[in-house]
Amino acid sequence: MKQVTGRPTALTDKPFHYCPGCTHGIIHRLVAEALEEDNLRGKAIGIASVGCSVFAYDYFNCDMQQAAHGRAPAVATGIKRAWPDSFVFTYQGDGDLASIGIAETIHAASRGENITVIFVNNSVYGMTGGQMAPTTLVGQKSTTTPSGRDATLHGYPLPVCEMLQVLPGVAYLARVSVSSPAKIRAAKRAIKRAFAAQLRGIGFGLVEILSSCPTNWHLDPVKALEFVDNQMAAQFPLQVFRDFE
Amino acid sequence: MTGRVVVDRELCKGCGLCVSFCPREVLELASEVNSKGYRIARSRHPENCTGCAICALVCPDIAIMVWQSKDSKEAM
Amino acid sequence: MAQSIGEQSMGLMKGNEAIAEAAIRAGCRAYFGYPITPQNEIPEYMAKHLPKVGGVFLQAESELAAINMVYGAGGAGVHVMTSSSSPGISLKQEGLSYIACAEVPCVVVNMMRSGPGLGGILPAQGDYFQATKGGGHGDYHLLVLAPSTIQEAVDLTYEAFDLARRYRNPVMILGDGLLGQMMESVTLPQPKAPLPKPPWATTGCGDGEPRVINSLYIQGDVMEERTKRIFAKYAKMKQNEIRFENYKTDGAKIILAAYGSTARIAKTAVDKARTRGIKVGLFRPISLYPFPYDELSEVATEAKAVLTVEMSMGQMVEDVRLAVEGRCPVRFYGRSGGIVPTPQEILQQIQAIWSHIA
Repeated sequence: MKQVTGRPTALTDKPFHYCPGCTHGIIHRLVAEALEEDNLRGKAIGIASVGCSVFAYDYFNCDMQQAAHGRAPAVATGIKRAWPDSFVFTYQGDGDLASIGIAETIHAASRGENITVIFVNNSVYGMTGGQMAPTTLVGQKSTTTPSGRDATLHGYPLPVCEMLQVLPGVAYLARVSVSSPAKIRAAKRAIKRAFAAQLRGIGFGLVEILSSCPTNWHLDPVKALEFVDNQMAAQFPLQVFRDFE
Repeated sequence: MTGRVVVDRELCKGCGLCVSFCPREVLELASEVNSKGYRIARSRHPENCTGCAICALVCPDIAIMVWQSKDSKEAM
Repeated sequence: MAQSIGEQSMGLMKGNEAIAEAAIRAGCRAYFGYPITPQNEIPEYMAKHLPKVGGVFLQAESELAAINMVYGAGGAGVHVMTSSSSPGISLKQEGLSYIACAEVPCVVVNMMRSGPGLGGILPAQGDYFQATKGGGHGDYHLLVLAPSTIQEAVDLTYEAFDLARRYRNPVMILGDGLLGQMMESVTLPQPKAPLPKPPWATTGCGDGEPRVINSLYIQGDVMEERTKRIFAKYAKMKQNEIRFENYKTDGAKIILAAYGSTARIAKTAVDKARTRGIKVGLFRPISLYPFPYDELSEVATEAKAVLTVEMSMGQMVEDVRLAVEGRCPVRFYGRSGGIVPTPQEILQQIQAIWSHIA
């Protein structure tokens, strides 16, 4: 019998604090596997954002910096500009990246910063208890849209990839999901592809990963993944928006 | 192809994703709970396991280790 | 036009450009900034000259993004600087709180302008509280140095990077639009290489232990440990970094207290008053944090009155009162809105006080 699984060396031994069934854990593993397989752990600097994944610096077994809410792409820019041969990635949620940090996101992309952004979109502010996020779906309940998001009051879900794809500085851009085994494998390929873009120095890479939030969606983990597949993927279609030869 | 699954008692949070996605319904959530009060996933029909490791793929907590052997013994 | 005096070490330079040149000579190798009058020549000068020494210049999308770039580069062990003027410095306050907590060295230059609000572009000193009492959240301080001449601005900037690294804390050069826009002759220090990369810097851990730059401490006792460690540094700053100037304070019955550009004007008023037989002197704080309380207290022991002069509605005057502790009256004279007081105005204040006490 051969063991076919294992904990990636790019993760520490610390157990995840995430809620049962939260797919942050899967995404952490995919990023760590990609770092390990591309032999990047030793030159990687990860930027943890503010949200459920704020403790990412306890989980990723590489140099880490914890950034103020929304500012991870700016912190990453400062590091990558100072040390161009380092490998810099940010790990951000939808509140961090698409709300308070949207300007940093757009400008890092527009400048074509050679960094990789892992953007976990679970349509709510998880850590603070399930408030509306820029990516909350129309009609979706949250603690700040108790009767469902109403576009006339709360505006429309923000399509980050569709916005960024028009920027010339973007080298790789994809939206994936981790809602099934096949999609998890595809998500990993996208992450590795984004890493490859950074290694070739051809510009900004971002992978938006549709993710579940069983606790704040009030769904069990399996139904939460169905919500991702059906409702979220309808609003945020899975697609590779920009690739390279 | 035959396989074997071991679930780490303390890492498992009883989320049930592995149970749901296992193509051979090998796994179940035990009534027994770990120190945090989570029901632990475990093999109910180990004989059906092919070692495909989908359970480990979908596990958010890296709580599942899978072994696989290529010997011809039929898994059915 | 951003002109440099190249290898030459003497020359006539604009304050903003002299500060930028001093930073480069001090080993600054990364600058992140944003346009705002009256400090624009600093980013302009850096854009032109920093790359020549292999440094990084980047104009950020906002001052807020810029300070977070500084946080990143500083955490990666680079001598890094940003500059702005009052409104832009307000946008950097959250970042500075993170930087102080995470113990990341950096240099921040504030060429103050009139405020509050969008205010104006004229020189002022209305950011004293923000600079010295902490404009961001939580228990932290910046090491704040206030030059009153372009030569002093050069010297303090030149020292600021080593101070930032030694204390692993932001160092602020607090100037104003007057100092930034005027030209004076300066002697520039020798260029020196940046200090080597420190062990705590995040530049990729190789096979070693990963390093973490972080300001999140969710457990109370761990956070308290952190702030105590930071405040131990401030205690050391109070021992080693207090700087001030006594100007004609021997036997003075009136002590003027003023810093930065205002102090230069106050000196002229002191000279004029002395020619009229008035025993007046000037105490000029250079380090605004740590504030020279004891030194001011000592020089004021013989005084009958203290007059604080600022280009604001009165901020440093509160620290002056703390230093004097009620032993004699502490008066205040200030102009705001960007109006620069004249020596004559200050002289009249001195004469009014003198007529009461002489």
